[in-house]
Amino acid sequence: MIEVNEVSKYFGEKKVLKQISTVFEEGKVNLIIGRSGSGKTVLMKCLVGLLFPEEGAVLYDGRDFHRLSADAKKMLRSEMGMVFQGAALFDSLTIQENVMFPINMLQKDKSDEEKLERVNLCLKRVDLQNANNLYPAELSGGMKKRAAIARAIACNPKYLFCDEPNSGLDPKTALIIDQLIIEITHEYGITTIVNTHDINSVITIGESISFIYEGNMEWRGNKDNVLISDNELLNDFIFAQPLTQKIRDLS
Amino acid sequence: MIKILEIIGEYFLFLWRVFSRPEKWHEFFKKLIYEMNAMGVGSLLIVSIVAITMGSVITIQTALQIESSWVPAWTVGFTVRTSVIMELCPTIISLLLVGNLGSRITSEIGSMRVTEQIDALEVMGINSASFLVLPKIIASLIVNPILIVISIFFALLGGYVTVLLTGVVSAFDFIDGLTSFFRMYDVYYALTKTFVFAFVISTVCSFYGYRIEGGALELGEANTKGIVVASFVVLVLNLVITQIML
Ligand SMILES: Nc1ncnc2c1ncn2[C@@H]1O[C@H](COP(=O)(O)OP(=O)(O)OP(=O)(O)O)[C@@H](O)[C@H]1O
Ligand SMILES: [Mg+2]
Repeated sequence: MIEVNEVSKYFGEKKVLKQISTVFEEGKVNLIIGRSGSGKTVLMKCLVGLLFPEEGAVLYDGRDFHRLSADAKKMLRSEMGMVFQGAALFDSLTIQENVMFPINMLQKDKSDEEKLERVNLCLKRVDLQNANNLYPAELSGGMKKRAAIARAIACNPKYLFCDEPNSGLDPKTALIIDQLIIEITHEYGITTIVNTHDINSVITIGESISFIYEGNMEWRGNKDNVLISDNELLNDFIFAQPLTQKIRDLS
Repeated sequence: MIKILEIIGEYFLFLWRVFSRPEKWHEFFKKLIYEMNAMGVGSLLIVSIVAITMGSVITIQTALQIESSWVPAWTVGFTVRTSVIMELCPTIISLLLVGNLGSRITSEIGSMRVTEQIDALEVMGINSASFLVLPKIIASLIVNPILIVISIFFALLGGYVTVLLTGVVSAFDFIDGLTSFFRMYDVYYALTKTFVFAFVISTVCSFYGYRIEGGALELGEANTKGIVVASFVVLVLNLVITQIML
């Protein structure tokens, strides 16, 4: 479980996160939703320690991440996997080497066969078993995202972070990625945190939802009550598109 | 002014992170070999061409300047050797390498920063500065001196071929000049400069690549800045080292 406690983040004078508090539950897909520029990526970067919040704390099972010793931080990081908004695959390495990379760096005592077996398992899990020797530049956007997921789960993470895993993909591929994320989460009991502004994701995999508006924690809930809340800002966000408006009017 | 001090401070903090012990020696050596190969092979041709023409030009110019009967004929060879070893090769070729190796380093590290690959390393708990930059620094500390020695050889060869082709002085006198009053100290001086310049080029250019915030536009900017700053520092240190060593 990850608890976010009154976290604030400034860039210069600008306060991008304003006393955010929320909880991300174990074994569930936890969504962070909000409009573009609302601070989702900044919040996720504070969670994994790429940014340092000026105020507040991020607690991993009670441990205050930003105040851990360097070694303890490293230990905790070996339990994290992250899928970046732009996939962030290492472009000098093949897909197989990309997935192998964290295993090589973090699980030093594994034999070469064990490592390879793990890599193939991960690639198979995301349906990329035939792309082993391709380079990231040779993959489509959806394949890159899947490869990034394979790399993120390579070391059996306890915590999986996905920054807009299905942005820029067609609805069908986006659905496949969503399914993949929720299956992996349940299969391994991972605490998964997903940034998204995709309504389809919200209503299919939103087992827990935190809605941020301009850096404020505006609403918390899940996919069952997200469509029937009376929060104005949330409704503005959810029913922004003509399609969703139409569906609401029909029902 | 405060901005400049800030950047200098940031640079030394960056070096502090870079020079922590590599966590995986195996990965480190793999990357080191790769970098040495890329840097050496990538620059050899251009370095040789520049060295040959430089040696050739300096020979002709020197011969024309001191065409007088009471200056001994070996002076041309002697002057060419001294200027090639002490200044032309270490400094001019190093400046060439700023453009060649330096911009390669900035672009490579900068594009990894822009595409969040550096963040990906950090999330895995890897010290990205050390992992990416240290092999490049060590590689250029090894490769640059080799390139400079090769360039000295080619510059002198260029001079010799020019003498043969144009006959500005006799080949015998030229060789005589090249080989007389040889001081090993000149070579130490040249290699010291090369080492320091190699360090400056690799660290300054990595630094500018590493600290990029933004996208492709900033990458281009960082590239230019890296080259300008590295060249400037090379020139200043050239003066300083010369003051100290000569
Ligand atoms: N390094 C930075 N320096 C200054 N401001 C920043 C920085 N990173 C983000 N911001 C600001 O923080 C705000 C939130 O940005 P963030 O990237 O978290 O948005 P987001 O919710 O992830 O949007 P999107 O859905 O488009 O990815 C934006 O207004 C942005 O301008
Ligand atoms: Mg974002």
